[in-house]
Amino acid sequence: MNQHITASGDTTDPTRARPDASQDVVRLVDLNRRFGVTAALDGISLTVRKGEILGIIGRSGAGKSTLIRCLNGLERPDSGEVFIEGREISRLGERDLQPLRRRIGMIFQHFNLLSAKTVEDNVALPLKIEGRPKAERLKRAAELLDLVGLSEKAKAYPASLSGGQKQRVGIARALAARPALLLSDEATSALDPETTRSILALLRDINRQLGLTILLITHEMEVIRSIADRVAVIDAGRIVEEGPVWSVFADPRSDITRSLLGAIRPQLPAELAARLLPGAGAETILRVDVAGEAASGPLLSDLATAVPGTFRLVHGGIDHIQQQPVGTLFLSVPGSDANHLADIITFLKARQARVEVLGHVADPV
Amino acid sequence: MSPILFELLLRSIWETVLMTAASGLISLVFGLPLGLALIATERGGIAESLWVNRSLGAVINGFRSVPFIILLVALIPVTRLIVGTSIGTWAAIVPLSIAATPYYARIAEVSLREVDRGLIEAARAMGGNRWTIIREVLVPEALPGIVAGFTVTLVTLIGASAMAGAIGAGGLGDLAIRYGYQRFETSIMIAVVIVLIILVCGIQWAGDRLVARLDRRG
Repeated sequence: MNQHITASGDTTDPTRARPDASQDVVRLVDLNRRFGVTAALDGISLTVRKGEILGIIGRSGAGKSTLIRCLNGLERPDSGEVFIEGREISRLGERDLQPLRRRIGMIFQHFNLLSAKTVEDNVALPLKIEGRPKAERLKRAAELLDLVGLSEKAKAYPASLSGGQKQRVGIARALAARPALLLSDEATSALDPETTRSILALLRDINRQLGLTILLITHEMEVIRSIADRVAVIDAGRIVEEGPVWSVFADPRSDITRSLLGAIRPQLPAELAARLLPGAGAETILRVDVAGEAASGPLLSDLATAVPGTFRLVHGGIDHIQQQPVGTLFLSVPGSDANHLADIITFLKARQARVEVLGHVADPV
Repeated sequence: MSPILFELLLRSIWETVLMTAASGLISLVFGLPLGLALIATERGGIAESLWVNRSLGAVINGFRSVPFIILLVALIPVTRLIVGTSIGTWAAIVPLSIAATPYYARIAEVSLREVDRGLIEAARAMGGNRWTIIREVLVPEALPGIVAGFTVTLVTLIGASAMAGAIGAGGLGDLAIRYGYQRFETSIMIAVVIVLIILVCGIQWAGDRLVARLDRRG
């Protein structure tokens, strides 16, 4: 597994004892689950800390759904341990799991609202299951509908709501029993980009206001980018990379992460990429990945001052992830002077940038 | 139509309504739990038990494959045990119920199976037990189909009750055969047919209206 070092220097290895291990809401140890010959989970170890948003990303079939379902016992691992608030649950019976599940809210890709119940009855259902009196249920439902901004829809039926409104009801319902953990199973995958943003903003607010720990699974890096604190990349049932979101975005270590990031990171324009040659050419194209200090300082103007000669910015930009600048720049360096190119690369590397020579183009744009 | 025949017609209507309503109610009371049992015990169900599922299925199929007129006669000992007599309207209700219950169980099973599995998963994720899932998810979500299926069962029962005349249960079918057909009372035959049409249309209309009110999926 590729471990990204966190700011405080400790790693996210859950098997290593940490002083604040009691703060872990979820701890998974060497989880395995097979369906026939394919391993859905292949030695997953993972920790979710109190108050954080952990995003798990992977392609469909990577094992995400199986993983999230192991956390509330909807799915049982073949081996390994699942600790929820310090209690091992993977071998509990259905009857013992039921009170535990009330500590864990869950939202779904297709919302899973009951069509025969009004919005408020949907939200109040977890409390009805807990056996709370009706007056209390309706009061709590009203509070939660207010929180998600749907008070006026209390008496409506789900069929009359838009996708985004349905997911808001789903969120309100998941929060009804005051859970310690919220599981989000592709909660925005059926929504359009604008609605996705508003739902993610709502989840972020809930995380901050209520201090609610959230574990979400998704196949969209944009979701991770918007709200996750930490990310774990899962592929073929294994965690291939894990760390703070900005650090994984700045320095993806695995191919799968790079490919998942592809859609939201700057790419060399296709027209230019098509003309790249491996050998020599009139111009050399460099890819420069920067993060932290390298991305916030006057990198390019310093480069121009320090290294005589010219270069051009072809494409790229600086983005902010978790208040950390992270960016990718594509530079074109003219001429066949190998020393000039080497000086530029040396300078950039000295500034903590990662530099890759992509190739050469015969004829600059 | 003579006043005596008219009185016969009224009595026959009452007998048909009584047989249909009573056996319909009984088939609902037993058929719906049977349908739930079929769904719950099937593979991946909330109380998976394949041998229970297969045994139930076999018994239901067995009853459904026997023609009603045979069932009517074959069940005479059972009828006598339950209502004390093997002839009359009440005696017909026993075989009618026994025929309609497995029929309705299959119809209820189909409606219950259409409930989105995601909803069952959501209820489980909330910490609901099997009873919660049945009460809060399966039955309410399938209710439009359960009601529509009950309408179909009632209409089928009106037809089946015509055969109940074979054990002296009376009813509209019996009246039509004995008076309309065997005694050439064309007016009785026409009257019976009109009444049956009105009964069937009325039940279907009421059922459809109820389904429309219950269905919140649209």
